Amino acid sequence: MKYEAPDTVEAAVGLLSSAQGTARVLAGGTDLLVQSRAGMVEPDLVVDIKRIAGMDAITEEDGGFRIGAAVSGAQLGEHDGVKAAWPGVVEGVELIGSTQVQGRATMIGNLCNGSPAADSVPAMIAAGATVHVVGPDGSRDVAVEEVVTGPGKLSLSKGELIASVFLPKPEAHSSDAYLRFIPRTEMDIAVVGAGVALTLDDSGTVSAARVALGAVAPTALLVDACAQAIVGTTLDDAALENLAAAASAACNPIDDKRGTIKYRTKVAGVLARRAAVIAKARAGETS
Amino acid sequence: MSRTHVTTTVNGDTVEFLCDPEETLLDALRDHLGLTGSKEGCASGDCGACTVKLDGRLVCSCLVLAAESVDRKVETIEGMADGDDLHPLQQKFLEMGALQCGICTPGFLVAAKDLLERNPEPSETQVRYCLAGNLCRCTGYDKIIRAVMETAEDMRGA
Ligand SMILES: Cc1cc2nc3c(=O)[nH]c(=O)nc-3n(C[C@H](O)[C@H](O)[C@H](O)COP(=O)(O)OP(=O)(O)OC[C@H]3O[C@@H](n4cnc5c(N)ncnc54)[C@H](O)[C@@H]3O)c2cc1C
Ligand code: FES
Ligand code: FES
Repeated sequence: MKYEAPDTVEAAVGLLSSAQGTARVLAGGTDLLVQSRAGMVEPDLVVDIKRIAGMDAITEEDGGFRIGAAVSGAQLGEHDGVKAAWPGVVEGVELIGSTQVQGRATMIGNLCNGSPAADSVPAMIAAGATVHVVGPDGSRDVAVEEVVTGPGKLSLSKGELIASVFLPKPEAHSSDAYLRFIPRTEMDIAVVGAGVALTLDDSGTVSAARVALGAVAPTALLVDACAQAIVGTTLDDAALENLAAAASAACNPIDDKRGTIKYRTKVAGVLARRAAVIAKARAGETS
Repeated sequence: MSRTHVTTTVNGDTVEFLCDPEETLLDALRDHLGLTGSKEGCASGDCGACTVKLDGRLVCSCLVLAAESVDRKVETIEGMADGDDLHPLQQKFLEMGALQCGICTPGFLVAAKDLLERNPEPSETQVRYCLAGNLCRCTGYDKIIRAVMETAEDMRGA
């Protein structure tokens, strides 16, 4: 294995493009180093992106926030602006691992690891986040839900890396929430995760919504039927029932020691419903 | 295979070593620098026995490549006592017997010190959450949590 720590994005892309064998970007390393130690991946080249200027920055852009690919969970959790705008995204990121893991783990690493249970991903999808992909043929912006195509599989081509993620400016009276279910209180992999972002109109009716589920299919899912179940309602019981039913209907989970198919399907509905209630309460408090 | 020459700061001292690309910061501390206070319990980020601070953040040194530490600021358990004067947390762990085999202790101490620096008045729940990445197979945690709570109280009074 070769280790490189370039100081520009161009140099990183150059190294990744010309690499022979398996090349991997190194962000926080909390997935990559565990996997390479376990022999699950044997990189010939590791490109550490943390020495690239600006990668560890959180900057305001068009009323939203651009978060660099080297920003750790701990750093994000200390940013009052992002917490106020997208509390659900921050809570998804902060659920990743322990204090020590938070010191290193990035949300883009969480996404690019390609796990269906990645905690920050449903929240990012619900928020309508996009990532900025840089590669040998230029750069492009991609919706978060289009990055992962299957467990551990990404829509990035050889030489491409993600430089940042952009959380858009929230509409007035909007907010979000993320909930996950694990069998213990800390340090476990989600059995189900649900992220909800919604906007209220002046009368308290939901005027827009995005609902995403994690750990219930090969990739995190953006579920339009869930959004349709609550848009135009005040999140009354009937709407919440419909939301839960739509979430359960979207599930295509695996059966494993953490949860059976039946259980995950049921819990997805419950969590989507609870996350929507929290998002609505938060949206009511915003101006 | 090319070895990387690393110059960095550990507990305030400039240090130099050569490392292989696969080696972790934990390997470098223990095998190249003789700082064997940080322990390897799992090598997968789960147990926290290897906890150090890297540029002011708690990390698992088993999940940091040694080569990544060039020109960084590393703080380990060896830097916690001031000469022969133990840090109040170390003293309290001794007094209260908050350890048995001691393998987890350096990690707990480094993590607890960081916690008290960030939050001098944590609730028990906050202490338990903040230290959830440190596992102990011996004590059952109770004495560790109490030692941290009592040290926090002493340090606030001081
Ligand atoms: C003890 C422990 C507990 C954990 N708990 C959780 C948890 O509760 N929930 C959860 O979701 N995850 C958890 N994880 C997994 C992991 O911490 C997260 O997925 C984390 O967000 C990964 O981020 P990273 O920066 O460390 O990624 P890395 O390990 O640096 O990278 C992960 C993958 O993404 C690729 N990659 C990284 N950045 C980029 C980029 N900018 N462009 C292109 N590719 C990139 C890498 O090449 C690699 O394949 C845990 C891990 C540990 C060790
Ligand atoms: S040895 Fe690093 S976390 Fe266990
Ligand atoms: S004292 Fe033995 S592991 Fe904690």
